[in-house]
Amino acid sequence: MNVEAVKAIYINEMRRTRKTLMQSVASPVISTVLYFVVFGSAIGSRIEAIDGVSYGSFIVPGLIMLSLLTQSISNASFGIFFPKFTGTVYEVMSAPISFVEVILGYVGAAATKSLIIGTIILITASFFVELNIAHPVWMLFFLVMTCISFSLFGFIIGLWADNFEKLQLIPLLVITPLVFLGGSFYSIDMLPDVWQKISLLNPVLYLISGFRWSFFEVSDVSVTVSLVMISVFMIACLLAVYAMFKTGYKLRQ
Amino acid sequence: MTETQSPIISIRGLTKTYEGGHQALKGIDLDIRKGEILALLGPNGAGKTTLISTICGLVRPTSGTVTVDGFDITKDYRETRKRIGLVPQELTLGAFDVVVDTVRFSRGLFGMRADHKRVDEILSDLSLDDKKDSIVTRLSGGMKRRVLIAKALAHEPRILFLDEPTAGVDVELRKDMWRLVEKLRESGVTIILTTHYIEEAEEIADRVGVISDGRLLVIDEKENLMSSLGKKQLIVDLRTTIPAVPESLASFDLELSDDGARITYTFDTQGERTGITALLQAMNEAGLGLKDLNTSQSSLEDIFVNLVKTDNER
Ligand SMILES: Nc1ncnc2c1ncn2[C@@H]1O[C@H](COP(=O)(O)OP(=O)(O)OP(=O)(O)O)[C@@H](O)[C@H]1O
Ligand SMILES: [Mg+2]
Repeated sequence: MNVEAVKAIYINEMRRTRKTLMQSVASPVISTVLYFVVFGSAIGSRIEAIDGVSYGSFIVPGLIMLSLLTQSISNASFGIFFPKFTGTVYEVMSAPISFVEVILGYVGAAATKSLIIGTIILITASFFVELNIAHPVWMLFFLVMTCISFSLFGFIIGLWADNFEKLQLIPLLVITPLVFLGGSFYSIDMLPDVWQKISLLNPVLYLISGFRWSFFEVSDVSVTVSLVMISVFMIACLLAVYAMFKTGYKLRQ
Repeated sequence: MTETQSPIISIRGLTKTYEGGHQALKGIDLDIRKGEILALLGPNGAGKTTLISTICGLVRPTSGTVTVDGFDITKDYRETRKRIGLVPQELTLGAFDVVVDTVRFSRGLFGMRADHKRVDEILSDLSLDDKKDSIVTRLSGGMKRRVLIAKALAHEPRILFLDEPTAGVDVELRKDMWRLVEKLRESGVTIILTTHYIEEAEEIADRVGVISDGRLLVIDEKENLMSSLGKKQLIVDLRTTIPAVPESLASFDLELSDDGARITYTFDTQGERTGITALLQAMNEAGLGLKDLNTSQSSLEDIFVNLVKTDNER
């Protein structure tokens, strides 16, 4: 194991983050505050509590997930896309490191950054609504698993994309709708029967549901199913990345 | 440098066919000696970068083997790659990187423990002291080239590849670079560089290899090669155009341009006499007015043509 290399990539990525810290923290915090003002206070006050949880509190886990997913994907995809785009990836490809080490460095850094942002949003949220976390350890577990698996997913997108359009495509076309339709702002019980069934096909639903359970002990689907789903997703991402590296995908001719 | 020493890099039957089907390397056999400076000469698209990239792990070989210090580049890539530093042909640097950070990054990436003092020394060897905290994108092309060299040297490699190091580099930096190369060689580093220019190979290399169309045509000590390759041309621009070379000049190896305004005379610098004086006199007698005179080293292209010709005849 080339520990120095993993450290080098990780530190380098985190340094890049530090330089843009204000933007990367400010934007999720501002949007969270806006969501709270609009949904929590303005609209939320007219919405009755869901499963005994006030609407303002109810949307917190979903909002955190929304940020985590988009942040993880964009950080990780940019992290590898950029060196590919500028050509500096030659250095990583010619270094004495394995794909596992490359991933540990890049995905580790992206996941760390999302984790920081997730925490900041959580703290921000606690200023607006009352938050009692029923299962802090599980909460942290869901948080970390989501950061890692979606950073992995972002990494795959960054490897796959060969232009900026493709890089934006998946987050825009797939992730945002999945998050909004995954019960971030409502319980799927509120949906007509057909849509409830369709919602069950949405993997993000399981994430949000499990995450929300760790807060309020209320969930759309069972926690076990949530856990299985996130694990499956993570393993699928790992396998995909492994296959890509084995074939030198778009990095080695 | 002794011939008996086992080679530091050994290449056998190396071929590379790119995805599109283009065969960039067509069976390269090459031994690189420990501590030598080897120049690889070749025209655009010859396969120089492909060859280097394969050894460094950026390109997968289609067939054949490469060993570095006895280690196979695919099986034992960790061993081979940590011995190698690569300065790429393109000026590729991250957009917002600070010079000193990017050099430290390179060192770590290649598995070396952080050593800020050592990195500072490397920067200073490349006269980058005062640019330490600059952002790389704001540096001039020559400075960027220096940063790339510093990055390649950051992990103290035993083998250094310089892919067209003098592209876009001024005389001053070129001199600096050759001084550094010389210094590195003295410390035992093996250096392989590519270039389009014979003069450059002549200036710095111990041995010169010529690559064309994916084949290594010759590889030899510089002195041997230069003497066999050295051909020159005299180009004469005429005051008035002529339809054909006059009879009286038939004994010279002349070529008339299509528009009849320029005569090219090819001669061998190794010959007893160049024949220029005789030619000019003969032209004068034939009544040809001269507008301008120029000499040029026969171009690399011509040399390749010659080499390939002899290669085929053999
Ligand atoms: N990634 C690639 N995919 C397909 N063909 C490629 C690729 N890279 C290089 N080639 C082709 O392989 C051949 C050799 O290219 P290479 O870059 O090795 O030449 P070179 O000798 O370094 O040329 P130059 O002096 O211009 O740098 C060229 O015909 C080139 O078009
Ligand atoms: Mg090249």
